[in-house]
Amino acid sequence: MSEIDKKIVNDFVNNKIEFVTTVPCKQLAGVIDEIDSNDSIYHIPSNKEDEGIGLCAGAFMGGKRSAIIMQNTAIGVTVNTLVTLTQFYRLPLPMLISYRGELGEPVACQVEMAVHTKALLAQLHIPTYHFHNEDDVNELDAILKHTFMCNKPVAILTDATFWKGY
Amino acid sequence: MIRSEVLKNLIPVISDHFVVCNIGLPSQELHLMDDQPTNFYMLGTMGLSSSIGLGVALAQKQKVISIDGDGSVLTNFGTLPTIANNVADNFILLIIDNGSYGSTGDQPTYAGMKTSLTNVARACGCENVIECDAEDAVSTMQVALDSNKMTIIVCKCESGNIKVPVIEMDPVVIRDRFMRELESRNA
Ligand SMILES: [Mg+2]
Repeated sequence: MSEIDKKIVNDFVNNKIEFVTTVPCKQLAGVIDEIDSNDSIYHIPSNKEDEGIGLCAGAFMGGKRSAIIMQNTAIGVTVNTLVTLTQFYRLPLPMLISYRGELGEPVACQVEMAVHTKALLAQLHIPTYHFHNEDDVNELDAILKHTFMCNKPVAILTDATFWKGY
Repeated sequence: MIRSEVLKNLIPVISDHFVVCNIGLPSQELHLMDDQPTNFYMLGTMGLSSSIGLGVALAQKQKVISIDGDGSVLTNFGTLPTIANNVADNFILLIIDNGSYGSTGDQPTYAGMKTSLTNVARACGCENVIECDAEDAVSTMQVALDSNKMTIIVCKCESGNIKVPVIEMDPVVIRDRFMRELESRNA
């Protein structure tokens, strides 16, 4: 596991995130392993991202801060849930997202969703941060605090350059 | 017996517990018959009642009942393996299975045809799955509550609806009073 994986999960823990749902991605595999082995986080893999957002909504209402880890390809799957559950009921939700289809991407089909990713997030009025350089991760702590201050879903896109290829 | 009658009969047994209720008519019926802070009404988001309820149950100690429908479970089939593999003994999933999409005009679902949600839940690894008739919903729920084991109840009933008003309460109010009641009971 890399230092970046550890730093991300440390920021989660320091912001009292205790419930994390994940849908796997190769880029995020190290973070997911780190989440899974962290004793203060309940890791619950979900089968689809909208299901995961439902689990996160419930956990937050039950008193545990929650977060989702997913791929940008699934943003289309989550639109209705983000709008009618997370935003309508004003629930905070950090979304750590692998930004597939950016520079370095070997799979052409991933680019098809990458070109819609920021447009969809903008249309949904979801605050969006893009980690491209290694140092960008230093904003994560502030982004998490911001998320729980404003009670909104917030997207953190992490691209292949940030992860140094995959 | 139709869903609204099943819900009406269940109220004395479930009223003291936290309930996450499915979108559309089930929430509207529960709201009409027994509105209180322990009820979380879904105003949108078809299919996620079981996911939200499981999340609440895993995060704290109070008992949580998700009221779901056959159509909604079919929409979010991935929920059943997640439930099976993340056991919360304070969680009960009640699937009111009337074999139809009630809120949209009683179009038939596959659950009323060849697909048995009871068998699907078992195949997904869920351990305490009970199928009952509408007449036995109350006693089955009582057994599930007393067992302190995560339970899935598939309650078979007839399709059909009563006229109920929509819920006009603000979603943030629904969420806030639900969270406050949970917090105070867990204190
Ligand atoms: Mg139905």
